[in-house]
Amino acid sequence: MSILNTFNVAGSAMTAQAIRLNAVASNLANADSVVGSDGKPYRAKQVVFAATPMGSAAAQGVRVTQVVEDSSPGRKLYDPRNPVADETGYVTMPNVSVVDEMTNMISASRAYQTNAEVMNTAKQLLLKTLTLGQ
Amino acid sequence: MVSKIQEALSFQQQALSLRANRQQVLAGNIANADTPNYKARDFDFTTALQNAVSGRGEGSLQLATTSPRHSRGSADAGPVPLMYRQPTQASADGNTVEMDIERAQFAGNAFFYEAGVTFLSGRIRTLQAAIQGQ
Repeated sequence: MSILNTFNVAGSAMTAQAIRLNAVASNLANADSVVGSDGKPYRAKQVVFAATPMGSAAAQGVRVTQVVEDSSPGRKLYDPRNPVADETGYVTMPNVSVVDEMTNMISASRAYQTNAEVMNTAKQLLLKTLTLGQ
Repeated sequence: MVSKIQEALSFQQQALSLRANRQQVLAGNIANADTPNYKARDFDFTTALQNAVSGRGEGSLQLATTSPRHSRGSADAGPVPLMYRQPTQASADGNTVEMDIERAQFAGNAFFYEAGVTFLSGRIRTLQAAIQGQ
Protein backbone atom coordinates (compact mmCIF):
# COMPACT_ATOMS: atom_id res chain seq x y z
CA MET A 1 0.00 0.00 0.00
CA SER A 2 2.14 2.83 -1.20
CA ILE A 3 -0.60 5.40 -0.61
CA LEU A 4 -0.24 4.74 3.13
CA ASN A 5 3.41 5.72 2.78
CA THR A 6 2.28 9.13 1.55
CA PHE A 7 0.83 9.67 5.03
CA ASN A 8 4.21 8.94 6.59
CA VAL A 9 6.01 11.31 4.20
CA ALA A 10 3.57 14.20 4.69
CA GLY A 11 3.47 13.50 8.44
CA SER A 12 7.25 13.67 8.75
CA ALA A 13 7.24 17.00 6.91
CA MET A 14 4.53 18.35 9.22
CA THR A 15 6.52 17.30 12.29
CA ALA A 16 9.68 18.93 10.91
CA GLN A 17 7.87 22.17 10.08
CA ALA A 18 6.28 22.20 13.55
CA ILE A 19 9.75 21.95 15.12
CA ARG A 20 10.90 24.83 12.89
CA LEU A 21 7.87 26.86 14.01
CA ASN A 22 8.79 26.10 17.63
CA ALA A 23 12.31 27.42 17.03
CA VAL A 24 10.88 30.57 15.47
CA ALA A 25 8.58 31.09 18.45
CA SER A 26 11.52 30.62 20.83
CA ASN A 27 13.67 33.09 18.87
CA LEU A 28 10.97 35.74 18.68
CA ALA A 29 10.09 35.35 22.37
CA ASN A 30 13.75 35.78 23.33
CA ALA A 31 14.56 38.59 20.90
CA ASP A 32 15.34 40.84 23.90
CA SER A 33 16.68 38.30 26.41
CA VAL A 34 20.10 39.75 27.24
CA VAL A 35 20.82 37.05 29.82
CA GLY A 36 20.11 33.38 29.14
CA SER A 37 20.42 30.40 31.49
CA ASP A 38 24.20 30.35 30.93
CA GLY A 39 24.57 34.05 31.80
CA LYS A 40 25.24 35.00 28.16
CA PRO A 41 22.83 36.65 25.70
CA TYR A 42 20.31 34.33 24.01
CA ARG A 43 21.48 32.92 20.64
CA ALA A 44 19.07 32.35 17.76
CA LYS A 45 18.31 28.67 17.16
CA GLN A 46 17.90 27.23 13.64
CA VAL A 47 16.78 23.73 12.64
CA VAL A 48 18.56 21.65 9.98
CA PHE A 49 16.39 19.53 7.65
CA ALA A 50 17.55 16.39 5.89
CA ALA A 51 15.76 14.04 3.51
CA THR A 52 15.28 10.53 4.90
CA PRO A 53 13.88 7.42 3.17
CA MET A 54 10.51 6.24 4.50
CA GLY A 55 9.58 2.62 3.90
CA SER A 56 10.69 2.56 0.27
CA ALA A 57 13.44 4.39 -1.63
CA ALA A 58 10.84 6.30 -3.62
CA ALA A 59 9.34 7.92 -0.53
CA GLN A 60 11.59 10.59 0.91
CA GLY A 61 10.47 12.10 4.19
CA VAL A 62 12.04 14.89 6.22
CA ARG A 63 13.65 14.83 9.62
CA VAL A 64 15.33 17.45 11.76
CA THR A 65 18.94 16.31 12.13
CA GLN A 66 20.01 18.99 14.59
CA VAL A 67 19.18 22.35 16.09
CA VAL A 68 22.13 24.71 15.66
CA GLU A 69 22.82 28.01 17.39
CA ASP A 70 23.45 31.01 15.18
CA SER A 71 27.09 32.04 15.72
CA SER A 72 26.81 35.57 14.28
CA PRO A 73 27.68 38.34 16.78
CA GLY A 74 24.81 39.98 18.68
CA ARG A 75 24.06 43.64 18.09
CA LYS A 76 25.42 46.14 20.64
CA LEU A 77 23.15 48.60 22.39
CA TYR A 78 24.46 51.63 24.29
CA ASP A 79 22.75 51.59 27.69
CA PRO A 80 25.15 52.38 30.58
CA ARG A 81 22.39 52.09 33.20
CA ASN A 82 21.72 48.45 32.35
CA PRO A 83 23.20 46.13 35.06
CA VAL A 84 24.70 43.79 32.39
CA ALA A 85 26.39 46.62 30.44
CA ASP A 86 30.16 46.24 29.96
CA GLU A 87 32.73 48.85 31.09
CA THR A 88 32.17 50.94 27.91
CA GLY A 89 28.41 51.04 28.53
CA TYR A 90 27.35 48.62 25.77
CA VAL A 91 24.89 45.75 26.23
CA THR A 92 25.18 42.73 23.88
CA MET A 93 21.71 41.89 22.63
CA PRO A 94 20.63 38.46 21.22
CA ASN A 95 21.52 37.88 17.54
CA VAL A 96 17.86 37.27 16.62
CA SER A 97 16.81 38.93 13.36
CA VAL A 98 13.09 39.57 13.74
CA VAL A 99 12.61 40.01 9.97
CA ASP A 100 14.31 36.66 9.26
CA GLU A 101 12.19 34.94 11.89
CA MET A 102 8.95 36.36 10.45
CA THR A 103 9.79 35.11 6.94
CA ASN A 104 10.77 31.76 8.47
CA MET A 105 7.42 31.63 10.23
CA ILE A 106 5.44 32.33 7.04
CA SER A 107 7.45 29.74 5.10
CA ALA A 108 6.96 27.11 7.84
CA SER A 109 3.22 27.67 8.11
CA ARG A 110 2.74 27.53 4.32
CA ALA A 111 4.74 24.30 4.10
CA TYR A 112 2.67 22.84 6.96
CA GLN A 113 -0.57 23.74 5.16
CA THR A 114 0.64 22.21 1.89
CA ASN A 115 1.53 18.94 3.59
CA ALA A 116 -1.83 18.86 5.39
CA GLU A 117 -3.42 19.15 1.95
CA VAL A 118 -1.26 16.31 0.62
CA MET A 119 -2.55 14.16 3.49
CA ASN A 120 -6.14 15.09 2.67
CA THR A 121 -5.65 14.09 -0.97
CA ALA A 122 -4.09 10.77 0.08
CA LYS A 123 -7.07 10.13 2.37
CA GLN A 124 -9.50 10.85 -0.46
CA LEU A 125 -7.67 8.41 -2.74
CA LEU A 126 -7.70 5.69 -0.07
CA LEU A 127 -11.43 6.15 0.52
CA LYS A 128 -12.02 6.03 -3.22
CA THR A 129 -10.04 2.79 -3.41
CA LEU A 130 -12.29 1.29 -0.72
CA THR A 131 -15.30 1.80 -3.00
CA LEU A 132 -13.74 -0.44 -5.70
CA GLY A 133 -16.25 -2.92 -7.12
CA GLN A 134 -19.31 -1.37 -5.53
CA MET B 1 -11.54 -18.67 -15.47
CA VAL B 2 -9.91 -16.93 -12.56
CA SER B 3 -6.85 -16.12 -14.66
CA LYS B 4 -9.15 -14.61 -17.34
CA ILE B 5 -10.63 -12.28 -14.72
CA GLN B 6 -7.14 -11.43 -13.56
CA GLU B 7 -6.05 -10.68 -17.12
CA ALA B 8 -9.04 -8.39 -17.58
CA LEU B 9 -8.10 -6.43 -14.49
CA SER B 10 -4.31 -6.56 -14.55
CA PHE B 11 -3.74 -3.52 -16.80
CA GLN B 12 -5.77 -1.21 -14.57
CA GLN B 13 -4.20 -2.79 -11.49
CA GLN B 14 -0.71 -2.00 -12.75
CA ALA B 15 -1.71 1.52 -13.75
CA LEU B 16 -3.17 2.14 -10.27
CA SER B 17 -0.13 0.77 -8.49
CA LEU B 18 2.14 3.04 -10.55
CA ARG B 19 -0.09 6.02 -9.84
CA ALA B 20 0.12 5.27 -6.11
CA ASN B 21 3.89 4.98 -6.42
CA ARG B 22 4.14 8.32 -8.21
CA GLN B 23 1.88 9.94 -5.60
CA GLN B 24 4.40 8.84 -2.98
CA VAL B 25 7.34 10.31 -4.93
CA LEU B 26 5.55 13.63 -5.42
CA ALA B 27 4.59 13.74 -1.72
CA GLY B 28 8.29 13.30 -0.95
CA ASN B 29 9.13 16.27 -3.18
CA ILE B 30 6.54 18.47 -1.47
CA ALA B 31 7.69 17.33 1.97
CA ASN B 32 11.30 18.25 1.16
CA ALA B 33 10.55 21.71 -0.27
CA ASP B 34 12.76 23.26 2.44
CA THR B 35 15.52 20.64 2.66
CA PRO B 36 18.91 21.94 1.46
CA ASN B 37 20.44 20.06 -1.51
CA TYR B 38 17.32 17.93 -2.04
CA LYS B 39 16.74 17.23 -5.74
CA ALA B 40 13.14 16.84 -6.91
CA ARG B 41 12.47 13.45 -8.51
CA ASP B 42 9.79 11.94 -10.69
CA PHE B 43 9.33 9.21 -13.31
CA ASP B 44 7.79 9.10 -16.75
CA PHE B 45 4.44 7.42 -16.19
CA THR B 46 3.90 6.33 -19.82
CA THR B 47 7.24 4.53 -20.08
CA ALA B 48 6.86 2.99 -16.62
CA LEU B 49 3.40 1.64 -17.49
CA GLN B 50 4.62 0.25 -20.83
CA ASN B 51 7.49 -1.47 -19.05
CA ALA B 52 5.21 -2.83 -16.32
CA VAL B 53 2.65 -4.19 -18.80
CA SER B 54 5.28 -5.89 -20.95
CA GLY B 55 7.03 -7.26 -17.85
CA ARG B 56 10.16 -5.21 -18.53
CA GLY B 57 9.86 -3.31 -15.26
CA GLU B 58 13.03 -3.19 -13.23
CA GLY B 59 12.93 -6.05 -10.76
CA SER B 60 9.42 -7.07 -11.77
CA LEU B 61 8.59 -10.54 -10.52
CA GLN B 62 6.61 -13.21 -12.31
CA LEU B 63 5.31 -16.25 -10.44
CA ALA B 64 6.94 -19.46 -11.61
CA THR B 65 4.36 -21.81 -13.16
CA THR B 66 4.96 -25.50 -13.68
CA SER B 67 1.54 -26.30 -15.12
CA PRO B 68 -0.60 -24.40 -17.63
CA ARG B 69 -3.42 -24.54 -15.08
CA HIS B 70 -1.49 -22.45 -12.59
CA SER B 71 -2.67 -18.92 -12.17
CA ARG B 72 -0.14 -16.48 -13.63
CA GLY B 73 -0.23 -13.91 -10.90
CA SER B 74 2.15 -11.02 -11.18
CA ALA B 75 3.69 -9.33 -8.21
CA ASP B 76 4.04 -5.61 -7.70
CA ALA B 77 5.63 -3.79 -10.65
CA GLY B 78 8.73 -3.32 -8.49
CA PRO B 79 10.83 -0.21 -8.12
CA VAL B 80 10.60 2.30 -10.95
CA PRO B 81 13.81 4.09 -11.99
CA LEU B 82 13.47 7.65 -10.77
CA MET B 83 14.78 10.66 -12.67
CA TYR B 84 15.67 14.13 -11.48
CA ARG B 85 13.52 17.06 -12.46
CA GLN B 86 15.14 19.87 -14.46
CA PRO B 87 14.59 23.05 -12.43
CA THR B 88 13.61 26.29 -14.12
CA GLN B 89 14.68 28.33 -11.10
CA ALA B 90 16.91 26.41 -8.71
CA SER B 91 17.37 27.88 -5.25
CA ALA B 92 20.72 28.92 -3.80
CA ASP B 93 20.71 26.07 -1.25
CA GLY B 94 20.75 23.42 -4.00
CA ASN B 95 17.09 22.50 -3.63
CA THR B 96 15.29 21.95 -6.95
CA VAL B 97 11.71 21.56 -5.68
CA GLU B 98 9.36 24.00 -7.39
CA MET B 99 6.16 24.06 -5.43
CA ASP B 100 3.85 25.13 -8.27
CA ILE B 101 5.02 22.29 -10.53
CA GLU B 102 4.89 19.71 -7.74
CA ARG B 103 1.42 20.78 -6.63
CA ALA B 104 0.10 20.67 -10.21
CA GLN B 105 1.61 17.20 -10.80
CA PHE B 106 0.29 15.98 -7.44
CA ALA B 107 -3.26 17.16 -8.20
CA GLY B 108 -3.09 15.73 -11.74
CA ASN B 109 -1.82 12.39 -10.47
CA ALA B 110 -4.57 12.23 -7.83
CA PHE B 111 -7.15 12.87 -10.55
CA PHE B 112 -5.75 10.09 -12.75
CA TYR B 113 -5.69 7.74 -9.76
CA GLU B 114 -9.39 8.38 -9.17
CA ALA B 115 -10.02 7.90 -12.88
CA GLY B 116 -8.19 4.56 -12.69
CA VAL B 117 -10.34 3.46 -9.75
CA THR B 118 -13.47 4.42 -11.74
CA PHE B 119 -12.29 2.43 -14.79
CA LEU B 120 -11.50 -0.57 -12.61
CA SER B 121 -14.92 -0.38 -10.94
CA GLY B 122 -16.56 -0.27 -14.37
CA ARG B 123 -14.55 -3.31 -15.41
CA ILE B 124 -15.63 -5.21 -12.31
CA ARG B 125 -19.28 -4.28 -12.91
CA THR B 126 -19.03 -5.47 -16.51
CA LEU B 127 -17.65 -8.83 -15.41
CA GLN B 128 -20.30 -9.15 -12.72
CA ALA B 129 -23.05 -8.46 -15.26
CA ALA B 130 -21.56 -11.12 -17.56
CA ILE B 131 -21.41 -13.66 -14.73
CA GLN B 132 -24.96 -13.03 -13.56
CA GLY B 133 -26.25 -13.14 -17.13
CA GLN B 134 -29.10 -10.76 -16.51
